[in-house]
Amino acid sequence: MPQLLIELFSEEIPARMQLGAARDFERLFGAKLNTSGLSFDSIKAYVAPRRLALVVEGLPAEQAAVSEEVKGPREGAPEQAMAGFLRKVGLTQDQLTVENGVWMARIEKPGRRTIDALPDMLREVILAFPWPKSMRSGVSSFRWVRPLKRILFLFDGQIVPFELEGLTASSLTEGHRFLGSGKALNVGDFASYHKALADNSVILDHAERQAFILKEAMAICEDAGCELIEDQGLLEEVAGLNEFPIPILGDMDPKFLALPPEVIKTSMRTHQKYFAVRDTATGKMASHFIIVANIRATDGGVEIKRGNAKVLSARLSDGVFFWNEDNKPGNFDGWLERLKGTTFHVKLGTMAQRVERITELADYVASHIGADVALAREAGRLAKADLASKMVGEFPELQGVMGGYYADALKLKPEVADAIREHYKPQGPSDSVPAGKVSAAVALADKIDTLVGFFAIGEKPTGSKDPYALRRSALGILRIIREQGVTLHLGGLVDAWYRSRGELPVSVQEVDTVRPEVLDFFADRLKVQLRDEGRRFDVLEAALGSDDVVNTIGRIAAVEEVIATPEGEDLLTLHKRAANILAASKTDVSHVSPQAYDGIDPLEKTLLEALNTARTTVASHISEENYAGALKSIAALRQNVDSFLDGVLVNAEDESVKANRLAILRGICDLSAPIADLSKIA
Amino acid sequence: MADSAKEPLSFQDLILTLHHYWSEQGCVILQPYDVEVGAGTLHPATVLRALGSKPWNCAYVQPSRRPVDGRYAENPNRLQHYYQYQVILKPNPENLQDLYLGSLKAIGLDVNLHDIRFVEDDWENPTVGAWGLGWEVWCDGMEVTQYTYFQGVGGIEVDVVSGELTYGLERLCMYLQNVDNVYDLKFNKAGVTYGDVFREQERQFSAFNFEASDVATLKRQFEDMERNVTRILNTPNSLGYPLVLPAYDHVLKASHLFNLMDARGAIAVAERQSYIGRIRDLCKACAQEWARQEEAGVAQTARGTI
Repeated sequence: MPQLLIELFSEEIPARMQLGAARDFERLFGAKLNTSGLSFDSIKAYVAPRRLALVVEGLPAEQAAVSEEVKGPREGAPEQAMAGFLRKVGLTQDQLTVENGVWMARIEKPGRRTIDALPDMLREVILAFPWPKSMRSGVSSFRWVRPLKRILFLFDGQIVPFELEGLTASSLTEGHRFLGSGKALNVGDFASYHKALADNSVILDHAERQAFILKEAMAICEDAGCELIEDQGLLEEVAGLNEFPIPILGDMDPKFLALPPEVIKTSMRTHQKYFAVRDTATGKMASHFIIVANIRATDGGVEIKRGNAKVLSARLSDGVFFWNEDNKPGNFDGWLERLKGTTFHVKLGTMAQRVERITELADYVASHIGADVALAREAGRLAKADLASKMVGEFPELQGVMGGYYADALKLKPEVADAIREHYKPQGPSDSVPAGKVSAAVALADKIDTLVGFFAIGEKPTGSKDPYALRRSALGILRIIREQGVTLHLGGLVDAWYRSRGELPVSVQEVDTVRPEVLDFFADRLKVQLRDEGRRFDVLEAALGSDDVVNTIGRIAAVEEVIATPEGEDLLTLHKRAANILAASKTDVSHVSPQAYDGIDPLEKTLLEALNTARTTVASHISEENYAGALKSIAALRQNVDSFLDGVLVNAEDESVKANRLAILRGICDLSAPIADLSKIA
Repeated sequence: MADSAKEPLSFQDLILTLHHYWSEQGCVILQPYDVEVGAGTLHPATVLRALGSKPWNCAYVQPSRRPVDGRYAENPNRLQHYYQYQVILKPNPENLQDLYLGSLKAIGLDVNLHDIRFVEDDWENPTVGAWGLGWEVWCDGMEVTQYTYFQGVGGIEVDVVSGELTYGLERLCMYLQNVDNVYDLKFNKAGVTYGDVFREQERQFSAFNFEASDVATLKRQFEDMERNVTRILNTPNSLGYPLVLPAYDHVLKASHLFNLMDARGAIAVAERQSYIGRIRDLCKACAQEWARQEEAGVAQTARGTI
């Protein structure tokens, strides 16, 4: 079966865009083939710094003939409508059929040679290619990620006739920019393409380049008595910067090991794209690094090593300068002073105002979760100071981490230093939450200020737009509360923000408007979080609603646990029977408290007594947060409820008797109400 | 390093070699613009010439003033006055990458010995409302050139894309000569070092920028320049069209005055964006007027003249 091979050869594609581009190419071209009725066995895209390639195996030489039904006008429609329709489909009226009063045309499209269909597909894919950023070049209006230089376009070994922006498709490609032959390479199919590239020092497959870098780098490290500090993000990036990656071990001046390891790693990674290395024996950072070069140098890499070491040395010298400057006496006070001149948000004031709010919120949270209030206040006050430090100015991603180091250097309490370090956590679903109570208090305070603050000025996320990452803040708050297992009312957090807000540049929305919005936002996030964890959707619907997260989750877990048992069956059945009768009845019994009366039916009396006993038991279980126990003691009423409903006529003629009986059923339904709305469970 | 047989280029030979190379490629070789600027891009031969549809190829050295980077000649890498080598080719030729690599070869960088990489860097200069896509070019991990395809200038999307190359001359030369301190660079082959030429200048201007400049004067001058840009653009004159080049000089002066105030710590964080916005608006006004004149064909800016 014929094979399709495409290569779009350009100047260097940004590393961060390469894998996405390969996925898009595969997806978009695959979709074009599908809509054209072209089946295939496999489709795979490849990406390297200067090329985006696609190979499709098992295409037919011809498109299958397709017949298509086209709906025309209704019977009896004006003549012009019919004439127009006939023109459109190119048929005469006697060739049409009628279906349900509508004229239908059947159009037969003969099969087309696949090679004839391909050019339009490629053109459409190229012109609509979703690069995150694209550019024009020279006088052309064509946009591509960087200037496009060549198009290789082969179907079944033949060049597909194709032109775009002055480029004519060919069977030619090029090898490595420096290590290749420098001549155009003529290929006939994917196998010869792959081989021509390999012979000219290009590893086409991104994954293969990654694996190669990792293997080589590890081997080099091992020889030097070190271990590579793996970093998948960096690996993907450097695999996008090299057509033929050559890892080289560089040497760093050991004096730089006095810097915090995060500083060394970040400098290596963000500025230089080097891998950091640790000493196998001590487990500490080693005075080496791994460069991944794009050439196999004629001197074996001596110059490359020298040059890179020199650059790193200059970078780390800056790091030492920042570290020394930042550790000067009075550092935190100076930074806090500078935060007064830094705007957090034009409507939410300066960073210094934010710090004041975080301090008050940390106080509130600490006192509610049993953390040391004085330490939480201190940590809250200092948490953002490092934003004004020189090191964080250079490496924004070290926010918090540096503050932690500077606090350690001043011998502040470890809880305070940890809280400064950890208060941005969790930064995503894979990040951990702060372990200590003081850290948790400040982490919560930080996120509450962001979340409630932006809601208060009407900056709520809409659709996919969430510029202030409020969803992440809300999820972070939920995770900290859950993993710390603390009772913290979400509504109370909103109120606490309003109490701590101080003088803001603008007046904000009323707390009574914002509180329900924030609670709804939390409820949605929690629902998503729990559903992703595999909780039953109907149980979530039944049991969500309190603003005490831990309590809500406890109730959800209990409902799930109990309904999986035979007692759960009893519980749901008795609830359903009682609820159905209540729903059918028009009598309002909300103010009736059921009691024993003269001549009460013995079954009714038994149920009433059981209800009264259950009320006490259930209440005591709930107060101990033993929701499963509570539900089980309700389930135990099944026998009594069945006997009562089977043996007694609820809708008695005597209105007061009827009301009493309905009120008993009401009471039974209400038993579970504080835990879940059982009627929502399927 | 350069071919092992040859001695590395001196600082002035580096400039002369690049001049020769780009002259051979058909560039006009200009001399530095005589107004203080923070970057070679700000030269009107780049910012303004990148607008409109006329072809334009030029190369020049531009002293770049960054008052805040002054270190009293005590830092081996940082200077408040340094040189950029700027090449602007409009429209960008198809083989610009090859031409660029040819220039590296010309100055003695062997691409089989050194790891040359094109690393994504989307350049923008908010004060002149310019942006483009391209790379920083790395040589053994060091950024030696900013390589940009201009997409917009003065807040206007360009008609014809220019290719811009900005070489950091000191850095590149330090690499070629394998020295760790900029002041140790051989300026020429007769024993004069970069330090001999510039050490005292760095010391005095660092002291001036950080200690001796008068903020009130700077502020007043900034406001004068700012006011004059609009005034010049609006003043009728015997040519019959607005004097965009003199107006743009005043924008450059305002921009440098802002940098001087910044070095004195006289710009509060909150004011910063507003100052940058003011300069950008002035620059935009000049750019728009220039583009209009190019379009209308009123100005005598045929290729090769300025």
